Amino acid sequence: MSALDPRQELAQRLGLSEVPPVRFESPAALREALAEHDYLSDDAIASVTFLADRLAKPILVEGPAGTGKTALAKAVADAVGARLIRLQCYEGLDESKALYEWNYRKQLLRIQAGRPEGTGTEEWSNLEEDIFAEEFLLTRPLLEAISATDPVVLLIDEIDRVELETEALLLEILSEYQVSIPELGTVKAKQIPMVFLTSNNTRELSEALKRRCLYLYVGYPEVERERDIILSRVPGISTTLAEQIARVVHSLRQLDLKKAPSVSETLDWARTLVVLGREEIGDEDAAATLHILLKYQSDIERATKELLGRPKSGA
Amino acid sequence: MLNLLGDFIGELRAAGIPVSMSEHVDAARAMEAIDMGSRSLVKASLAATLVKDGEHMPVFNTAFEVYFSNRSWDSAQQELLGEAEDPEAETREGEGAAGASGDGPSRGMGGGSSAMTAQELADLLMRSLEQGSVADMRRVAAESVSRYAGMEPGRPVGGTYYLYRTLRNLDIDSVQTQLLQNAVEEGASPLEERLAKDQLLERIEQLKAEIEREIRERLVDDRGSEALAKSVRKPLPEDLDVMHANREEMAQLERALRPLSRKLAVRLARKRRKRRRGPVDLRSTVRRSLSTGGVPIDLRFKPPHPAKPEIFVIADISGSVASFARFTLHLVHAISSQFSKVRSFVFVDGLDEVTRLFEGVDDPAEAVARINAEADVIAFDGHSDYGRALLTFHQKFAKDVTKRSTVLILGDARNNYHQAHADVVADLRHRAKNVYWLNPEPVSYWNSGDSIVNQYAPFCDRVIECRTLRQLEQFVGELS
Repeated sequence: MSALDPRQELAQRLGLSEVPPVRFESPAALREALAEHDYLSDDAIASVTFLADRLAKPILVEGPAGTGKTALAKAVADAVGARLIRLQCYEGLDESKALYEWNYRKQLLRIQAGRPEGTGTEEWSNLEEDIFAEEFLLTRPLLEAISATDPVVLLIDEIDRVELETEALLLEILSEYQVSIPELGTVKAKQIPMVFLTSNNTRELSEALKRRCLYLYVGYPEVERERDIILSRVPGISTTLAEQIARVVHSLRQLDLKKAPSVSETLDWARTLVVLGREEIGDEDAAATLHILLKYQSDIERATKELLGRPKSGA
Repeated sequence: MLNLLGDFIGELRAAGIPVSMSEHVDAARAMEAIDMGSRSLVKASLAATLVKDGEHMPVFNTAFEVYFSNRSWDSAQQELLGEAEDPEAETREGEGAAGASGDGPSRGMGGGSSAMTAQELADLLMRSLEQGSVADMRRVAAESVSRYAGMEPGRPVGGTYYLYRTLRNLDIDSVQTQLLQNAVEEGASPLEERLAKDQLLERIEQLKAEIEREIRERLVDDRGSEALAKSVRKPLPEDLDVMHANREEMAQLERALRPLSRKLAVRLARKRRKRRRGPVDLRSTVRRSLSTGGVPIDLRFKPPHPAKPEIFVIADISGSVASFARFTLHLVHAISSQFSKVRSFVFVDGLDEVTRLFEGVDDPAEAVARINAEADVIAFDGHSDYGRALLTFHQKFAKDVTKRSTVLILGDARNNYHQAHADVVADLRHRAKNVYWLNPEPVSYWNSGDSIVNQYAPFCDRVIECRTLRQLEQFVGELS
């Protein structure tokens, strides 16, 4: 039994004339390509993204806020030179916002325009065929990603915000790369797009959705990786300062805080210290700028006490 | 199909991770698509296709270490490659084997003959911790395990004791104190001190993990993956038995509780919002109908106000069931917005109301932590007395229990042969909407010894066995 390559099989199902070539040669090549676009990945991120491309499957990226889940999709889009199509999820998102909608104003105009002067109405069957044509379809992000002919990366952001029932809208796209429109038939993808879903894990996603995706957990980075991220994203910072920042943030994350500092907050802090012209972090600087990293008063107090060994002064 | 993969997935399922058929197929396909020479790539691919929940990763990691341990990596690879029917298999195999043996310089000397003296080992230990070099740590791990662990072949153990023995002989605690002193320079600021300390502790944890891995690998060599997997298998946090959790497991439970309660709160809030459609709102409907020429096309409804129950939690917080009571109180208060009121009472042989501790605190964990210190629950000898406690509750608070109240009684009903006063529960049921009894003991233990669940059971709407966080979450979710 010789199993068909997953990409081949999908291309056959979609009726593509040729199998789209894989985007990345190896996880290492992928890492380099991402690094060129200022995204420093780790082993797991590179491997899973590579695998998603090879198997033509969507990736579900989960992890705490601000660890670079959305940035990953952007960096991949940049690295392969594809257009990023983004669907931001929210409570109450529905078909007409995510998939497609009939442009009924235009349909109405068409009906009125087709009514010849004085001679009664146009033949109904002609009209019906006419007004349910692609011309009258407003494509929303999901349909747009499927029907695009240029290379695209689809990002479905914060999928955990939609209701469980709305998730079902995505299932056809995620497994078959197609959208069924009752009046029009099935729109199949003209290529194999890369699909990223991100989730902040505020609720359990359905089994059906998880099953169709590869799973990638992006946690807080190691000290070394965070240092490199700071170095690549904050211009004019010294290696020692970057290292020190990474270590302070790492220690902060070990404390039992309400909200641990995210990578983006780390970068903000690094930029602040650079603007202040610091070469290293003194206790005073740390105490004075902790509010950039931590967003709760109780967290700031605890961090001041634990890290600096004293209660926060009146300031 | 791939036998090894099948066994591995069998182990994951046995540990409680749900792996579906299609995920199995995905994993097999992934194995064909990637370069099997790289262990980390194989691990990442298996994780991505088989595990769909971040909390399950520790279980996956343990199973992976056992089934694809560094040492058995060569043979595992051969097995996987052999099945792939790849014409290049042979050449790749050679490369892979070379790569695998190259990545661990310690392999050769890890055997029986110690190449190092005790002093050299101690020096290496110090150096590896000071510099944080992983290669050195591996060497320390390999050396110290052969020297100190005293592993006996064939014993069906998970290796915890070997780890303990190795660490004790390395005298890790005094090494830690000494290094801490070294690490802190004269005149260092508190921040620097703290950073140095955190770094050191982390390296020690890393060393412990290396030693544990080393032990595990030798155990795999000794007894094979399948047998070992059974010994080291740990249940998922939500399936841990709350009553019998050890300290480490307790910490896991505490960590799992917070996201659990948050998710539950989100789910319930959504459910409540979805249940719309109160009665027709005539005023608003007529106002709307103006745009359609007075024809009420678009019906408007009044917002619903679903009945929110009032919850009375009466919890036994004596030794054995204390942690269970704490979890339940935490969970109930975390979703207190779903109830019109939550009142909490704790008892041992006396009863005290602790509702005030939860007022104005945004994290229930803080309040729960204060209960033990601040609640006045011991009236006589400090042994649970359900009868007395329930009687006190009845005398003082029964008048507040109405048809909108749900009463939860938490405890194992081990009454130390005191009087039961079951009639009190009967009266509570008469007054309240529901009375539930949550018992953290397995059903088979009920009514053995001094447990008198049976005397109360006829007067409760339900008596529920509630041993794990999963069961608890399900019950609390159904309450609202």
